[in-house]
Amino acid sequence: MTQARLLLPQRVAPGEVVKARLLVAHPMETGYLQDLAGKTIPRNIIRELSCEYGGRQVFRVEPSSGIAGNPLFEFCFRAQFSGELLVRWVDDEGRVGQLRQSLRVQPAA
Amino acid sequence: MHPGQSLARMRSSLCALWLLLLPLLVVAQQRVLPLDQLRSGLHFAGSDVRALQADEFGNPGQLALQRGEQRWSEAVGPASKSCFQCHGGVAQSMRGVAARYPAVDARSGRLLNLEDRIAQCRQVHQQGPALVLESEDLLALSLYVTRASAGLPLRVEVSGPARAHLLEGERLFMQRRGQLNLACTHCHDQNQGRRFYTDALSQGQPNAYPLYRLEWQKLGSLERRLRSCLVGVRAELPDWGALEMRQLALYLGWRGAGLPVEAPAVRR
Repeated sequence: MTQARLLLPQRVAPGEVVKARLLVAHPMETGYLQDLAGKTIPRNIIRELSCEYGGRQVFRVEPSSGIAGNPLFEFCFRAQFSGELLVRWVDDEGRVGQLRQSLRVQPAA
Repeated sequence: MHPGQSLARMRSSLCALWLLLLPLLVVAQQRVLPLDQLRSGLHFAGSDVRALQADEFGNPGQLALQRGEQRWSEAVGPASKSCFQCHGGVAQSMRGVAARYPAVDARSGRLLNLEDRIAQCRQVHQQGPALVLESEDLLALSLYVTRASAGLPLRVEVSGPARAHLLEGERLFMQRRGQLNLACTHCHDQNQGRRFYTDALSQGQPNAYPLYRLEWQKLGSLERRLRSCLVGVRAELPDWGALEMRQLALYLGWRGAGLPVEAPAVRR
């Protein structure tokens, strides 16, 4: 099961730079740790995570094993229009996660 | 007067005093820590950990709450029953429940913590796939139920059948163990607030479990935290689900009675 939360501002004016906060549920296993029974857990981290806004990439990250489990990302982009944000990520096991959320931009007064 | 005589008199008067006090000790065990001196583990945490716990979006426990909410309303088992179908929303039905655990189960007579209770409900009433201790789903459900008691004071039941468990829990708290030969009380009563390497020694309060621990990178139960302490003093670990861990948790609950429940909590 893949899980994530994305926080966007409620009211956005056209052309405003908005901050997105993204929390992804992922163990980010480094490959150096053992489970409760003492068995080594194979490395499994998010290889690549990207966010598209209206079809254009606004954020992309390739986290290393130095990033904590359940990572929190923050990034900014310019909101020109109402549209959908699509977050996608893939990990070492090849599991793909995805989250869609729409951003509403207030009409210009 | 002969010195031996006065000593004997003193001894007998001390004995009399003990006999007078004894029923008091047995009937109304005094608080170890006065109510106004109770400190949640959060008090001993660094500012970054406190900021993460206070962050309503970034707190990683929020992911577990989300998961718990899904599990709560998900139908499982042959009868296809969900938690929600019997209990309704947690905000009303589970308010204050987490603050009362561990508790003696009326039907089986066993001392159960909240995770045990949820797993039992799954087994007996839903007859669904077993919820294993420390599994993500069980911890998520436990946190979701605990969330409904956030801010309410801990108040475990210690009379009746729970009495013997409380006394045993107290004994375990005071018992030296492990290669370091330390008891819980040595760190968490006698040296609380002082430094142990880079960590401040907390009071060992149970009011925020299950919680997200940065060292674990995930949610964990009070039982797992107690096991960490046992590893720390290099003591033998009891089996998962051992009664002694629940008795210790009951004693901790009684010792911290009045401390508000925190959920979702974060610790280092």
